[in-house]
Amino acid sequence: MMVTRAPAETLSVLDRPNSYIGKTVPRPNLDRLLQGRGQYVSDLELPRMAHVVFLRSPYAHARIVAIDADAARRMSGVISIVTGRELEAVITPWVGVLSHLKGLKSAPQHAIAIDRACWQGEAVAAVVATSRAVAEDAMEQIAVDYEELEAVTDMRTALDPATPVIHASLGDNLAFERTLNAGDVDQALSGSEVVEADFVFGRHTGVTLEPRAVVADWNAAEARLTIYQGTQAPHMVQNIAALHLGLREAQVRVVCKDVGGSFGIKVHIYADEMATYALSKLLRRPIKFVADRVESFNTDIHARDHRCRGRIGVKPDGTITAFEIDDLTGIGPYSMYPRTSAIEANQVVNLVGGPYVTPNYRARARVVFQNKNVMCQYRAVGHPIACSVTEGLVDLAAAKIGMDPVEIRRRNLIADDAYPCASPSGMKFEQLSHHASLAKLLQMMDYDALRAEQTALRARNIHRGIGIASFIEVTNPSAAFYGVGGAKISSQDGVAVRLDAQGSVICQTSITEQGQGSESLTAQIVGSVLGVSMERVRVILGDTDNTPYGGGTWASRGAGIGGEAALQAAKALRQNVLDIAAAILQSTSGGLDIVNNSIVSADDGAPRIELSELARIVYFRPDTLPPGIQPELMATRHFVPRQYPFAFTNGVQASWLEVDTETGFVTLLKHWVVEDCGTIINPQLVDEQIRGGVVQGLGAALFEKCIYDERGQLTNANMADYLVPMSGEMPDIEIGHVVSPTRESELGAKGAGEAGTAGAAAAVANAVNDALRPFGATITEIPLTPQVILTALGRI
Amino acid sequence: MSTPVSVSLLVNGEPIDAFVLPRLNLADFLRENLKLTGTHIGCEHGVCGACTVRIDGEIVRSCLMLTVQAQGASVETIEGLSDSGEIADLQAAFRERNALQCGYCTPGMLMTAQDLLKHLPVPDRQAIREHLSGNYCRCTGYQAIVDAVEATARMRAERPA
Repeated sequence: MMVTRAPAETLSVLDRPNSYIGKTVPRPNLDRLLQGRGQYVSDLELPRMAHVVFLRSPYAHARIVAIDADAARRMSGVISIVTGRELEAVITPWVGVLSHLKGLKSAPQHAIAIDRACWQGEAVAAVVATSRAVAEDAMEQIAVDYEELEAVTDMRTALDPATPVIHASLGDNLAFERTLNAGDVDQALSGSEVVEADFVFGRHTGVTLEPRAVVADWNAAEARLTIYQGTQAPHMVQNIAALHLGLREAQVRVVCKDVGGSFGIKVHIYADEMATYALSKLLRRPIKFVADRVESFNTDIHARDHRCRGRIGVKPDGTITAFEIDDLTGIGPYSMYPRTSAIEANQVVNLVGGPYVTPNYRARARVVFQNKNVMCQYRAVGHPIACSVTEGLVDLAAAKIGMDPVEIRRRNLIADDAYPCASPSGMKFEQLSHHASLAKLLQMMDYDALRAEQTALRARNIHRGIGIASFIEVTNPSAAFYGVGGAKISSQDGVAVRLDAQGSVICQTSITEQGQGSESLTAQIVGSVLGVSMERVRVILGDTDNTPYGGGTWASRGAGIGGEAALQAAKALRQNVLDIAAAILQSTSGGLDIVNNSIVSADDGAPRIELSELARIVYFRPDTLPPGIQPELMATRHFVPRQYPFAFTNGVQASWLEVDTETGFVTLLKHWVVEDCGTIINPQLVDEQIRGGVVQGLGAALFEKCIYDERGQLTNANMADYLVPMSGEMPDIEIGHVVSPTRESELGAKGAGEAGTAGAAAAVANAVNDALRPFGATITEIPLTPQVILTALGRI
Repeated sequence: MSTPVSVSLLVNGEPIDAFVLPRLNLADFLRENLKLTGTHIGCEHGVCGACTVRIDGEIVRSCLMLTVQAQGASVETIEGLSDSGEIADLQAAFRERNALQCGYCTPGMLMTAQDLLKHLPVPDRQAIREHLSGNYCRCTGYQAIVDAVEATARMRAERPA
């Protein structure tokens, strides 16, 4: 590990004795998950709870002529059958736009479709019954008369005059367009070698192992709705549910305990979840909705359906002179609410060319509507597209001028001493470490030895390839992400820390836990700053009634934003405790410290008073304290980055793989990542975040694709036909770090959750092309299925 | 289909008598009738492995088995294996190695790993990867799980018999 920032002259809270920061410690409370005693929403049962299933449109685009539910209504156990029109009485529709994405438009979306279904899988009626099985039985007895309408499926023709307009009121199928022009691209290209390629990205989805689940419980006597939901953003759900049900935020409580996978899938609010909240209010009882796997494939957001034409200019000496992209993406029939479906294309424009010096950059991104499932933000939003296009073009440029892929990167990556600086798209970089990262990567993988091995094996007709991908990663988003566009999604987070009556610590934080280790990092930071052992720190999260208001855990913000709030809250409480200790001990707070659960003398570390004894005095014998002392054993602090809209991180990945040119199969042999996420709180958790992210990127590279037919039918909506990485195909993944702490916070932590996914597919694609170079084949499409590879090789 | 039938079985050593619909699958029976929610449901079509339980010593997908098929059988779930201490060392290795993130696949993963170690006490990494390749994990990237299983195998091999 290499640290780029010189140590501060005075010791900070990060340097305290017995600090947990920077140490691998096991996550607290793992035993309940290991014993199968977690509390996922799908496990929850409440008294009088009913189950809802949704009757979903079998057509991608159809007018709902009539719904006959009489037979179903008469079935035993059926509580209610509710149509979109009936549900409209308790919940208002929404439009997924943000004002800072100029021109973004969408149509009003209802919790349950009214009159018309716009994708295969959109709910057209809700069946509520005493059990899910009964509800499913009843659903089969509902007769819907549909008039099938022409479906818009191919994004390449969505804007053609002959293509039907999905929402007539919008005028056309263009949801959003952004163009950017920096420097002088035409002039730069005119004096350069120019390489051009069409990059195609399969539409894929998150496949959280626990499907989306919600229990909504309207208490008519309290006029309060409690929503139990596996979500990444409880306060966002609270705000949106209140808004559309005509309630005040104080009337809605969102509780989120264990969440069975999220990856951005569970940061959105889906129409069927809105319908479940509304049904609870309408029927005045708890209602449970758990998506089955087919529903998950048809309704969990999809991502990455992009086609991007890219061009790069390069001089014979390897200087990259310009990047140009024209990106097209299809988002389904609605822009998702409240985060909108234009963010990914916008990120692609922001991120292409990001690691490189090149000042000339021209981009166009168009986002179009289709009659397919909605597309929206999924792990590493836009990053894999931008990274694959950029790094694919850089490799093509290197091949064109006969330069090694590492050498062309060395000549063009932004220098490690060039910061702060900005990209041609206006992104502000504080401190990145591309060259240090690349150097570390090459050393970890022993690049020269691998190249020699590759050459030797080629002579034996074994085709292995090396792929390199540098990347930048957006983390710690400020209000610039959503708030400026009018979305009620908090970018700040808060932590409240208090000392209990036995000298233990309770922290309430607004970030959430989906397995990343939010509880652990909060306890590590608070324990370190307070001088309290981690066993004595309990973390409460995922409950809008019992945590400060904040954003939650998404976009790699938990450690950087929630962690800094925890640090500042713990510092404030520490000062309060020392002030009280000084009064009790007739000392000064500066002369005291807290170490290992005790107040000690700062100079010699001699124990003075146990925290438990201090707490006893404060809570039970405050009469013995000197007059005028009002002990505050609780402190709350909030944090949001202000100076930089995002904390950019950087890293580089490499893939080593073998292509079987007879079968088209790819065998992953080894994968390396070097990532700079600033201060590392728990090395093991960071590494495992990166590994998990890499594997999601490898899935995109080789397996994952939502396959639609020309009528908009999703033809592989099950786990047997939609392939995800399994343990047998995955390589070991080696992780290294360069550390450039952000100066925006005292903690210095940036995010690490997107890094793996951002660059993995690009590394694999470059490695496959490297392996196939003797055949003159170039592939710029993922997933790299055997069919794609054999086609490129001219074998089929 | 709509008439409940009687079924008797052992679940984690405890005799259970119940009337169930013939169509009720074992995963739903464990979760809904017995409130043993450690057995998780990920796909309901036998692919993901989250619902893996042990029946008469062999691991099965409880979503693919009807409750009535378990008549007279001994069913063991993650709760039973945890309380008996049979997999305490494997669970400790998972905790130590952070071989779980969201934890949803974990009960099925532990069941499958324990099955491997019973049949092949010292598997190499590839054998571990292959045996676990019927169990989805979407969070960890699998490497930590393979490490934890490998470490457990090594510790058991070194333990005096």
